[in-house]
Amino acid sequence: MAMAAIEGTEETMSDIRNYTLNFGPQHPAAHGVLRLVLELDGEVVVRADPHIGLLHRGTEKLAENRTWAQSLPYMDRLDYTCMMCSEHAYCLAVERLLGIEIPERAKYLRTLFDEVTRLIGHLLSLGTHALDVGAMGVMLYAFREREDLLDVYEAATGARMHPAYYRIGGVSRDLPDHMPQYRESKWKNAATVKKLNENRQGSLLDFLEDFTERFPKHHAEYHTLLTDNRIWKQRLVNIGIVSPERAKQLGFTGAMLRGSGIEWDLRKKQPYAAYDKVDFDVPVGVNGDSYDRYLVRMEEMLQANRIIKQCIAWLRTHPGAVMAENHKVTPPRRADMKSNMESLIHHFKYFSEGIHVPEGEAYAAVEHPKGEFGIYAVSDGANKPYRLKIRSPGFVHLSSMNEMARGHMIADVVTIIGSQDIVFGEIDR
Amino acid sequence: MSAKLETLENRLRETLGERLARLVAALGEITIETRVADYLETMRLLRDTPELGFDLLVDLCGVDYSAYGGNWTGRRYAAVTHLLSVAHNWRLRVRVFAEADDFPVLPSIVPVWNSANWFEREAFDLFGILFEGHEDLRRILTDYNFVGHPFRKDFPLAGHVEMHYDPELGRVAYRPVSIAPRELAPTVRREAGYGDGGN
Repeated sequence: MAMAAIEGTEETMSDIRNYTLNFGPQHPAAHGVLRLVLELDGEVVVRADPHIGLLHRGTEKLAENRTWAQSLPYMDRLDYTCMMCSEHAYCLAVERLLGIEIPERAKYLRTLFDEVTRLIGHLLSLGTHALDVGAMGVMLYAFREREDLLDVYEAATGARMHPAYYRIGGVSRDLPDHMPQYRESKWKNAATVKKLNENRQGSLLDFLEDFTERFPKHHAEYHTLLTDNRIWKQRLVNIGIVSPERAKQLGFTGAMLRGSGIEWDLRKKQPYAAYDKVDFDVPVGVNGDSYDRYLVRMEEMLQANRIIKQCIAWLRTHPGAVMAENHKVTPPRRADMKSNMESLIHHFKYFSEGIHVPEGEAYAAVEHPKGEFGIYAVSDGANKPYRLKIRSPGFVHLSSMNEMARGHMIADVVTIIGSQDIVFGEIDR
Repeated sequence: MSAKLETLENRLRETLGERLARLVAALGEITIETRVADYLETMRLLRDTPELGFDLLVDLCGVDYSAYGGNWTGRRYAAVTHLLSVAHNWRLRVRVFAEADDFPVLPSIVPVWNSANWFEREAFDLFGILFEGHEDLRRILTDYNFVGHPFRKDFPLAGHVEMHYDPELGRVAYRPVSIAPRELAPTVRREAGYGDGGN
């Protein structure tokens, strides 16, 4: 202003004007299709305006036009990095409306897979966050472990990415007795295959147990790579600070809320599945900056590993059913259909007309790796949801982008996106 | 009903008094309904009364009730809010129906909980509910220049237009949708007691 007054020309004014930058929607650090319109004063962000919806598929509307059971696989496609947790919230909401109780073993299986999913999600978010900030190596290490967990997914459900494993009334099937093994090929000789198959000789639980034994060592490697790394700390410490009051006002949940120093974990506070029967700790941050949120997520991985161990021990000694026996709302066993007329009718009704959910509304939330993931289901007694609202944590976290990025450098925006741990499948729905 | 929910119910009745149009406790959750005129004040009370302490707005969504049960006679649009108290560890659902069906308007609760900002934009985008006092009520999920509100019950599942590349214009353009509407699983509503074998 002062300069303009001296010069007295319009040109000088325009020289110091803020300029607007389009970040995305094809930016590799945008974690998907985020278009971020940044108003910059030099290199400092004055205003960040996220434009979302480029991946909007209308999941909620689609669900209104499908039977209750048909909508379940859509849940995998919301947050495609933590698939089973979203299924869990949907199943919990419908089970609450139906008023059914699921078998104990199914609860433990859900707990086990929720934590496997938490590791999968956190490993991906850690790897990509580090990659965005400039550390290439972490992703290679994180994906090494993630691959093992995806093998667990595949062995149990047949799919690495969209398992549709949880079902209304339990889980689709029990764990397999054998872990699939590598076979010799043009690219893998006998010696390599033998080495790769060393920990795949037993059941899936054996393989997973071997993983939980190894994981703390690998986890220490990530710490070595990042935690005291000077560049990592320069990029994360004091970036995107959110005070506890603001965190609540902005609707934060999960690691974002805990990073700001509020001890809030649905697994502890409002336990579901078998979380009230397993032992774990909830890490809490102090400063509410990106570095604290990183530390919270790191510790959550170790705690997830702990929970997995306890679930494995329980599952080994407690065989049993994994699906509720009420066949008005769960599919009957295939073998029963061969000899039992009623099972055949149940099967036909379940897969054609679908189940009828009593009139009412329910909100069920789970502690998703990214925060509170909730399903609000309204039923008018028909065979389809009347309204299904998906409350995704990423949507709320991204809405605080303007506040978190303001006053920071443009390069810090990338850090904040990584620290918010957003995935567009769930934000755009 | 657990003792905790009963406590919450009593405190709600005590604090809100006349503002409480309806209270339903079902499936371990409490739902309250309020009138548009009392909405903002009710929300402030829910947040600021220490005995209630709803410091976190978890979710806000629009609902179009026009096809509910096949015989809905009440008002069409509602905003449903899910609140959470970190201190007391309880939840609450608040529903408010907009007065006019052809032009639904509700007060914005962004000043009470800032996290309502995008949720209200979403409800405006998908249902066409206007939030009075919202500073930035733009569409959020649908395309730029989108026409209509897709989550209304009278909006077809396949939409009205589809996008294609127009070689003459040299860019993408809209044209009427070519997908024929179809229903994969017809809606079925059964009378009460259906399938119980007449018992």
